[in-house]
Amino acid sequence: MFRSHVLVCGGTGCTSSGSQAIIDSLESEIKKNGLEEEVKVVKTGCFGLCALGPIMIVYPEGCFYSEVKAEDIPEIVSEHLLKGRIVKRLLYKETVQEDQVKSLNDTNFYAKQHRIALRNCGVINPENIDEYIGVDGYEALGKVLTEYTPEQVIQIIKDSGLRGRGGGGFPTGLKWSFAAANQADQKYVCCNADEGDPGAFMDRSVLEGDPHVVIEAMAIAGYAIGANQGYIYIRAEYPIAVKRLQIAIDQAREYGLLGKNIFNSGFDFDLELRLGAGAFVCGEETALMTSIEGHRGEPRPRPPFPAVKGLFGKPTVLNNVETYANIPRIILNGAEWFSSIGTEKSKGTKVFALGGKIKNTGLVEVPMGTTLREVVEEIGGGIPNGKKFKAAQTGGPSGGCIPESHFDVAIDYDNLIAIGSMMGSGGLIVMDEDTCMVDIAKFFLEFTVDESCGKCTPCRVGTKRLYEMLDKITRGQATLEDLDRMEALCYYIKQNSLCGLGQTAPNPVLSTLKYFRDEYIAHVVDKKCPAGVCKHLMQVVILEDKCKGCTLCARTCPVGAIEGTVKNPHVVNQDKCIKCGACIEKCKFGAIVKR
Amino acid sequence: MTQINKVVHEMKSLEELKAIRDKMKNNVSLREESDDNIRVVVGMATCGIAAGARPVLNAFTEEVAKRNLHNVTVTQTGCIGICQYEPVVEVIDANGEKTTYVKMTADKVAKVVADHLVNGNVVSEYTIGNLK
Repeated sequence: MFRSHVLVCGGTGCTSSGSQAIIDSLESEIKKNGLEEEVKVVKTGCFGLCALGPIMIVYPEGCFYSEVKAEDIPEIVSEHLLKGRIVKRLLYKETVQEDQVKSLNDTNFYAKQHRIALRNCGVINPENIDEYIGVDGYEALGKVLTEYTPEQVIQIIKDSGLRGRGGGGFPTGLKWSFAAANQADQKYVCCNADEGDPGAFMDRSVLEGDPHVVIEAMAIAGYAIGANQGYIYIRAEYPIAVKRLQIAIDQAREYGLLGKNIFNSGFDFDLELRLGAGAFVCGEETALMTSIEGHRGEPRPRPPFPAVKGLFGKPTVLNNVETYANIPRIILNGAEWFSSIGTEKSKGTKVFALGGKIKNTGLVEVPMGTTLREVVEEIGGGIPNGKKFKAAQTGGPSGGCIPESHFDVAIDYDNLIAIGSMMGSGGLIVMDEDTCMVDIAKFFLEFTVDESCGKCTPCRVGTKRLYEMLDKITRGQATLEDLDRMEALCYYIKQNSLCGLGQTAPNPVLSTLKYFRDEYIAHVVDKKCPAGVCKHLMQVVILEDKCKGCTLCARTCPVGAIEGTVKNPHVVNQDKCIKCGACIEKCKFGAIVKR
Repeated sequence: MTQINKVVHEMKSLEELKAIRDKMKNNVSLREESDDNIRVVVGMATCGIAAGARPVLNAFTEEVAKRNLHNVTVTQTGCIGICQYEPVVEVIDANGEKTTYVKMTADKVAKVVADHLVNGNVVSEYTIGNLK
């Protein structure tokens, strides 16, 4: 029996900031102090506060150490673990209150969160099935197999109001009932773990922190629709998630929780992994299944929908990772419990990956209906460096930008669509006043141009033309007529593309045009970029009256574009200047500005 | 790391799943934060360790686990300032009442757990007030 558990985050974020070295050092220090029988080190999944990694929590006290370095470990072990004196200087400063250590659940970051999909992330060791069972793991599967009929399971999911968390928001129970109703000799259950939106990492964190929850939920789905084979399609860029999933599948097989005659119920179910090769379009359901079949990942027209003709032409249910992560809790706590959380048409919670210009970069799970303001200002800690909030981008390349005027909109599927964005899989990128909205639209279009599979013309050619138009605007060469033509092209692409990638690709352009048209007009008419981002529309100039001639800027300039002699005002040679801004940062007199 | 004995055969009943869960629950419950806790705080500064606080701390951890007392947290603290009476153990009840046990040994632990933590009766013969 251990008297203390030390939880260290082993998610991708903290691993890249060195958590493995911390675990190694912890283990050797604990050994050195002879505490190996008393203190247990647990490598967990993501805690959510990735900005403060590497993160470590010590129980029973619940002390939250952030930005821990390997050098700090001897002190933590000898002071805290041996002598019980908390190392205050390393605590997450929000948890330190005068003399007391505040509970993590009372901090701004966690207080407003409601964790269902992420409930085990950062709590259990994802590589140990016993720990998952210790937090009621596989109980939902056991309950379903021994107490419910498949129809009852589907009814519970329907009643819960759960909608697909991959972005579309289709009712999960309804999807299952379609697949269940189709008779076939073989059916399949698939999991979409091909999380490709720039800035999104919710599914990765679930798979890294709690892989068994997805396995359990897929087995439940298999029982509900009458499938005995499942596939998890996961991108190869997630090596830690792939490794932990494989370990989890092996452990579940060893326990007989996957395989033949599970819990003596006569139900067989097994799972395999399929690795994606990094194509964004493979996150689209028909392209994903084509890819599992071993073909080039291209979408096909729907109908027939996957529930009728899916993988290998058989009825298939395909859900996203986060959707599955909700299922076991719904079975255990009941549909009523789940539907009591959230808004009228969007039940439960949603996980968001907070990124961009925000203090607490990381992973948060909030009830549907939480406002954008609460997420950004309270949980996210607001915008750093005293800058002003400008917009939030949700839904990745398929979504749109939400301006400050809609800051108090309650986040759910329908509200976001009504204001021209979408829930998407949950990436939430915050932008401040230094962000140029035309440039952002261009960034996302560049992504979709790259990722368009090329099967249909509206997407292949249309997005390329759209990108070129945006590029023209950022160069100050466009006219107001171009703006109208661009808008018309957006609608054309939306209406005529084959799959979701093309149908949603113009959204970043349309939403920025809607809310930030004045910025487009500034680029077109005044040939100015108000945020000072578009390089073709600005110049770096030295103010003659403020320049003291210290020569610091000339020495800093990487391309030698600044000329002048000591104690005389300097001048920027505009032909050479690459507008990197290095001189502006270095100047002590504020004499260099962007114009 | 303690490993639960691996099941040799595949589990075929909910009882087998429950058996693992109950074993693990003890283990994982340490990571939950609850309010109605009784806290057992063992003085583990240099003076405490020298006087033998480590075996006392471990005995508490084991006793509490053996009896499945989910509402008890065993933790350690620094020097309380009465080094001559170490090992010192403070028990803080859910209502905040503090009892200080002094000159503790591993052998005395079972009685404190059974009488005080389980039944709510302070073992006054071990307390600081009873010192001669």
